[in-house]
Amino acid sequence: MAEYLRPETLKPALEALGAAPWSVLAGGTDFYPARVDQVPDDDVLDISAIEDLRAIEERADHWRLGALTTWSDIITADLPPLFDGLKLVARQVGGVQVQNRGTLGGNLCNASAAADGVPPLLSLGASVELSSAQGTQNLAFEDFILGSRRTALGADQLLTAVILPKPRQARAAGHFLKLGARKYLVISIVMVAANVEIDEGGNVSAARLAVGACSEIACRLPALEEALVGRPCGAALGEFVAPAHLAHLAPLDDLRGSAAYRRDAALTLVRRTLNELGARA
Amino acid sequence: MSAAVHINVNGRDVAVSAPGVKRLSDVLRDDLGLKGTKIGCNAGDCGACTVLLDGEQVCACMVPLGQAEGRRVATVEGLADGASLHKLQAAFQRHGAAQCGICTPGMLMAASDLLARVARPNGSQVKDALGGVLCRCTGYIKIVEAVLDIDGEGSGEAPPAGAAVGARLAKTDGLAMLSGAETYGADAIPEDALWLRVVRSPRAFARFTLGDMDAFMAAHPGIARVLTAADAPQNLYAILPGRKDQPVLAEGLVRVRGEGVVALVGERAAVEAIRDGDLPITYQPLDAMHDIASATASGAFQLHADRPGNILAEGRVKKGHAGAAFESCAAIAEGEFETSYVEHAYIEPEAGWARRVGQRVEIHVSTQTPIMDRDEVAGVLGLAPEDVRVIPTACGGGFGGKLDLSVQPLVALAAWLTGRPVACIYSRPESMISTTKRHPAFMTARFGCDGEGRLQAVKFHADVNTGGYASWGPTVAGRVPVHAMGPYHVPNVETSGRAVLTNGPSCGAFRGFGVPQAAIAHETMLDDLAEKLAIDRLQIRLVNALRAGQATGTGQVLEASAGLAPCLELLAPHWRAALDQVSAFNASAGERRRGVGIGCMWYGIGNTGLSNPSTMRIALDSGGKLKLYNGAVDIGQGSTTVIAQICADGLGLPVAHIEQTVGDTDLTADAGKTSASRQTFVSGRAAQLAGEDLRRHILRHANAGPESEIELAGNIVTVRDGGGQHEIDLSKLPMDQDGAVMQGRGTFDPPTIGLDENGQGSPYATYSFAAQIATVEVDMELGTTSVLKITAAHDVGRAINPIQVEGQVQGGIAQGLGLALMEEYVPGRSDNLHDYLIPTIGDMPEIEVLVVEEEEPLGPYGAKGVGEPGLIPTAPAIFGAIRDATGVRLTRAPALPHRLRAAILAEEQNDG
Repeated sequence: MAEYLRPETLKPALEALGAAPWSVLAGGTDFYPARVDQVPDDDVLDISAIEDLRAIEERADHWRLGALTTWSDIITADLPPLFDGLKLVARQVGGVQVQNRGTLGGNLCNASAAADGVPPLLSLGASVELSSAQGTQNLAFEDFILGSRRTALGADQLLTAVILPKPRQARAAGHFLKLGARKYLVISIVMVAANVEIDEGGNVSAARLAVGACSEIACRLPALEEALVGRPCGAALGEFVAPAHLAHLAPLDDLRGSAAYRRDAALTLVRRTLNELGARA
Repeated sequence: MSAAVHINVNGRDVAVSAPGVKRLSDVLRDDLGLKGTKIGCNAGDCGACTVLLDGEQVCACMVPLGQAEGRRVATVEGLADGASLHKLQAAFQRHGAAQCGICTPGMLMAASDLLARVARPNGSQVKDALGGVLCRCTGYIKIVEAVLDIDGEGSGEAPPAGAAVGARLAKTDGLAMLSGAETYGADAIPEDALWLRVVRSPRAFARFTLGDMDAFMAAHPGIARVLTAADAPQNLYAILPGRKDQPVLAEGLVRVRGEGVVALVGERAAVEAIRDGDLPITYQPLDAMHDIASATASGAFQLHADRPGNILAEGRVKKGHAGAAFESCAAIAEGEFETSYVEHAYIEPEAGWARRVGQRVEIHVSTQTPIMDRDEVAGVLGLAPEDVRVIPTACGGGFGGKLDLSVQPLVALAAWLTGRPVACIYSRPESMISTTKRHPAFMTARFGCDGEGRLQAVKFHADVNTGGYASWGPTVAGRVPVHAMGPYHVPNVETSGRAVLTNGPSCGAFRGFGVPQAAIAHETMLDDLAEKLAIDRLQIRLVNALRAGQATGTGQVLEASAGLAPCLELLAPHWRAALDQVSAFNASAGERRRGVGIGCMWYGIGNTGLSNPSTMRIALDSGGKLKLYNGAVDIGQGSTTVIAQICADGLGLPVAHIEQTVGDTDLTADAGKTSASRQTFVSGRAAQLAGEDLRRHILRHANAGPESEIELAGNIVTVRDGGGQHEIDLSKLPMDQDGAVMQGRGTFDPPTIGLDENGQGSPYATYSFAAQIATVEVDMELGTTSVLKITAAHDVGRAINPIQVEGQVQGGIAQGLGLALMEEYVPGRSDNLHDYLIPTIGDMPEIEVLVVEEEEPLGPYGAKGVGEPGLIPTAPAIFGAIRDATGVRLTRAPALPHRLRAAILAEEQNDG
């Protein structure tokens, strides 16, 4: 008979993971769909009762989002404009049912190429906190997600939090656009997340952009980020975007769109994201 | 056993002993008996299982029981306060927000979550809150209206005697859907039932051999039997007579992916624990012929011995001399068009159970066609049809998909052989892999007209990919040529259709039987001709509209009720306003452009050139109970309600008096299939006749005149006429063999004349007509389309129940929108409801339904049908609107964003 363990603190969870392999379950929004035709029969470590993992905390130089933070938690939390992109993502993940249950940590560990959480967190310069009975490790986001459904998470580790550095400038804002073929319950064809920091002169002092669903893992746009620095922040911010800035994307043909379309749509969405962000920020 | 989990369910504390990882949806249904929570996908894609967990909406299929410990769970069963409906339930009933009812519990729970947070939400808040629940019937319009009208009064009209027809009567079977009490295919399975699961071929075309099943059985205790083809006395069945080609279980050769190879029967846990790979089945793959070209290539493998060239069926219509007539046309349009596989995506996957009763077998199943189920299962089991009883459960959506057999022969065979009740519930992927689709159509069209735009000649051919088995392919091949010139008067016609067998998914009946595909072609042809001659697009349709007194392509002179012209005349001011609004918008538009389009359709009601009778019986017993024995299954479209309204007016008593037994093949007469938009017209007419027949018996008994009024109170019938008042004490009358004291019967078979070798004849007794206008907004840079508004004018003969008419049109539009913009089933890649997209609540436009009533003399109180017509004009109207907005003439459905964007870029290059 399969085991089901639901500890209320982190320590026994990490000890269990150190001792044997478990399927980790939090919100269940990826666990159950992966077993649609089956009665689940794996040994399950249900981490949902570990209250310490469900908190959004502001600290001196960073924000800490516990792994069990749900999309609804993000929507209802009182957060600065920096998080606007992440809030927009949260409102567009599945339906309200999924927003109420799905967790940030689960979305990242599932590591789908179309994971909604990844582009905005990349654009926020996030890192992840991985914990095991042996200790805690911080890993830059880029080093955590290795490919479609592949992460650097060790068998004995849990992703316990997402760490977001505070911006250097007082003015910082984020935005997110998602393209799908219907209004709700959309799996992205392309998504774009952007964050900019704005100096006292109204110019961009730092920018981070990420495009999702256009390569095996969501990609930053370093050349564009560099080109944006020093530009005046306004409704024409996106007019600097050029196809070369997206040349490194490697989109696929699939049900939802052709590769050529994704490349073309990504360019449009990056431009619009920056224009809208520039107008608001 | 795991420690008990303590939950508060609907205010009651319960302890559940089950594994902590068990889905809460399964716990509610199976451990707690709360079947109101429905399972549509088990993957969080459809929202049917939405319940509240500590007041927040969640999909119960994704909540482990363990996480419900110490928490509050609210389900649909807890909404009402005793017998008094929750105001949401009352609003749903009043507005007709439930059709089949399978999504209704999820919708109600999502809405109750919203109302607890926002007492008077606006439309966009309603859509955001309900966006996670899919509905395939209603088009969501009435659901949103209901939630917005939460403080409204009443629960629909209660018309007096003689006034039921035309009343906005709430569904007579609606309350059970709203309380969660309605039983669908998976909801009333006996506790002691064995479980059946089909092991299906992962390959589209392969030979296979079965290994040592005895060893497999020995290794898997709890498995009672492994059924194979050899277990069926007659393994082949088919839904059309004379073409028995479909095996219950494959016989060494699989022709389609997902075909059943063996069926496991046993204790539920044992059956569910087995993975397909555990079975000793060895496949030798063959080169699958996925498309028409490979299946018709010379030397292609012949899939069925009696189908040379893999041609399943052909149909044609030939009138006049189209070839010569094109010579004198002022303008000619030509085009090629292509559509995709479309999945029915009813929210209730196939489900049912059977039990053996002595030398008979009884099947409880979600179906559109109980008599056909009975006859085909009898054939498989080698029984007489009377020895099979089909008792339809509520049907959680059909749209043609449940006109085929699914679980029926399997559970019947297993119950017959084991002597135990046997149940089978398809999973969502199984439903999508193994059941029929809308035919992909490849169409060529040539339309010619004179200088005034009058059509002179039409040539049209459709090849449809019908997949591995016949299903309803012949019906599609026959119906398409009759309808392919559109609802227009055309003197010279040459149309044809051909259904080709391939190794693709079997295609069958789907709302419109091929006519929605053909309508995309004929409406584009009309737009082309209008453009060539610079005639307004509505005007060219009005010029050509079929009118009473004119002959169709099959040579049938329409005698009455040809209502396209009135539909178009009613739409004309809307059309002009929409054109003006769009050009004003586009004058200052950037990357978003708007456009307006129009689509027309006609649809023959009932079977094509075949007898399709219906018989209804209404019985009055000695206690005054009035019961209609109605063999027409209601699949959500409202036939149970509408037929009662018609029967009540035929009889002259208030509709509230009528109770019903629906669909039970032992108790009801054959009313034919719930298909081809025929139940209001055919069964409705039979119900009118039955009501009138009972009325005659009553009046004769009282020796009263035909204008008398009847009243029923308890066991006393009071008859009043000019001469006074007569009372009939029913308890004093002798009982007949059915236990009734008086009965009325009615049979109606719409008069048709079969098609000859040139497709000439009168294939349908009547036709419904419709025209729809769509306004869309296209994002030129992304290729995405939002449908902003649809104005739909439908000639239904007579709207027996305007709520139901609106609901059919709105729901049809939703499916037409899906066909136009997003629905494309790709075998192996979209076997679920997150990769296969159907419209959500946020995708629906504003819809205005205009009802045209061109009375049909044969129909009940003038009524025709509206089930399929709602869908047919929508995709052409949307395509026309996209063309108006972008200049792109679409030839392939669906217009997915990447396809439309590519076409916009190509168009810009042409212009540049």
